[in-house]
Amino acid sequence: MDFDLSVVWDALPSLWKGTLVTIKITFWGLFGGALLGALAGVIRTYVPGWFSIDIIRQRPLSGILLPLVSMLAQGYILIVRGTPIVVQVMFIYFALPLMVDVRVDGMSAAIATLIINSGAYIAEIVRGALQSVPKGLFEAGQSMGLPFYKILLRIIGPIAFRRMIPALGNQCIISLKDSSLFIVIGVAELTRQGQEIMASNFRAVEIWGAVAVIYLILTGLIALILKTMERRMRIL
Amino acid sequence: MSMVTFEHVVKKFGNNTILDDISLTINKGEVVVVVGPSGSGKSTFLRCINALETIQGGDIRVGKLSVRGKPAEVRELRREAGMVFQQFNLFPQLTALENVMFGPIHARGMSNRQAREKAIALLEKVGLAERMDHYPGELSGGQQQRVAIARALAVNPLLMLFDEPTSALDPELRHEVLKVMKDLAEEGMTMIVVTHEMDFARKVGSRLIFIDQGKIAHDGPPSELLSNPPSQRLKDFLQHVV
Repeated sequence: MDFDLSVVWDALPSLWKGTLVTIKITFWGLFGGALLGALAGVIRTYVPGWFSIDIIRQRPLSGILLPLVSMLAQGYILIVRGTPIVVQVMFIYFALPLMVDVRVDGMSAAIATLIINSGAYIAEIVRGALQSVPKGLFEAGQSMGLPFYKILLRIIGPIAFRRMIPALGNQCIISLKDSSLFIVIGVAELTRQGQEIMASNFRAVEIWGAVAVIYLILTGLIALILKTMERRMRIL
Repeated sequence: MSMVTFEHVVKKFGNNTILDDISLTINKGEVVVVVGPSGSGKSTFLRCINALETIQGGDIRVGKLSVRGKPAEVRELRREAGMVFQQFNLFPQLTALENVMFGPIHARGMSNRQAREKAIALLEKVGLAERMDHYPGELSGGQQQRVAIARALAVNPLLMLFDEPTSALDPELRHEVLKVMKDLAEEGMTMIVVTHEMDFARKVGSRLIFIDQGKIAHDGPPSELLSNPPSQRLKDFLQHVV
């Protein structure tokens, strides 16, 4: 077989377009996923997921509301981790418009799916890191009379974040590669572009080789960014 | 003037009663040393005062503030009762100076510059001014505990709670922490100290409380109780500690 570099060269403009779409989906998906995951992770760590008669008696409203919120977070993580991402994106793109009257374009469906999907995994990463911070540091903050949000943002958060970096790096790379599965709803991301070029010129070796190398460069960049971040912060 | 008041306090973990109907008053300027066998509830006794543990019955007040009050009241109470932990619990991502500045800035709303001046003064007081730019991981246990004392003092508490402050330290490092505590007592700070340091109890304490099985078994001047234990239980305990 012959490897024709000019094929790759000709395909580059479309592949580049696909790469930009992949980056866009991954960036916004992870950005939203980080916010959603941080919220769900904090809830799963600090809000008890059961009703306590004692607490309800003291504070009826939060005593009932908070466990419900915690159960919601738990259910979300259970459903998202328990179903394949391809099914999730198909559901959002094809089933949701039938159930409720919202029509979403492919791009929005892809980003929404990635937010929801990565959010569930990031929630567990956040929970793991928060729980690994010694309880005494939380108490030290409490005994200074600090409110919960200050303890979380100023004391526990910075320590937990450092511990999250390796696992977050993993998740970024996984989400980037998972975005290739959005080919099933026809979003013009990198893998889809590769497939389309392939369908017209049948140069599988060159095209899939080029696509693989682009993914490798992107994931390599993520790894590099995280490594630099880790090196600049002392892990505690 | 009463600083801390216990009124029929009951603390339970599940069905286990840790503190069983405890009532007492601690006045301004007292140095109360709390001793007792392990599992007697002495640490829990201390942690209930600043509401790190919730109580199931009765009430504890620091000044006019109650541990059963609303969250804002409890936070105010905690600012009045500084706490020093057995495991120091310094913030590892901050230097010694930043650790001490943390409370004034975030709990008292002090400006950065004022907090810095205050923190430096307090670190000088505990003899660690020259180590203020070190991280906790770079300090010895005794030094860490002295930073922790400075950090607690920085919030300007009315009283100080010490939860076995020397138990995690090598014997030769204990005296530097005890010295700081002694100075503090001599300045008139109200202190409640859970400890096994009988020497500290005798020399610095103004009152000794012996907790046994969730109740206050003895409460009196340390010199009397220690040299002439009124019960076999205290006698046995002292033999094991000393």
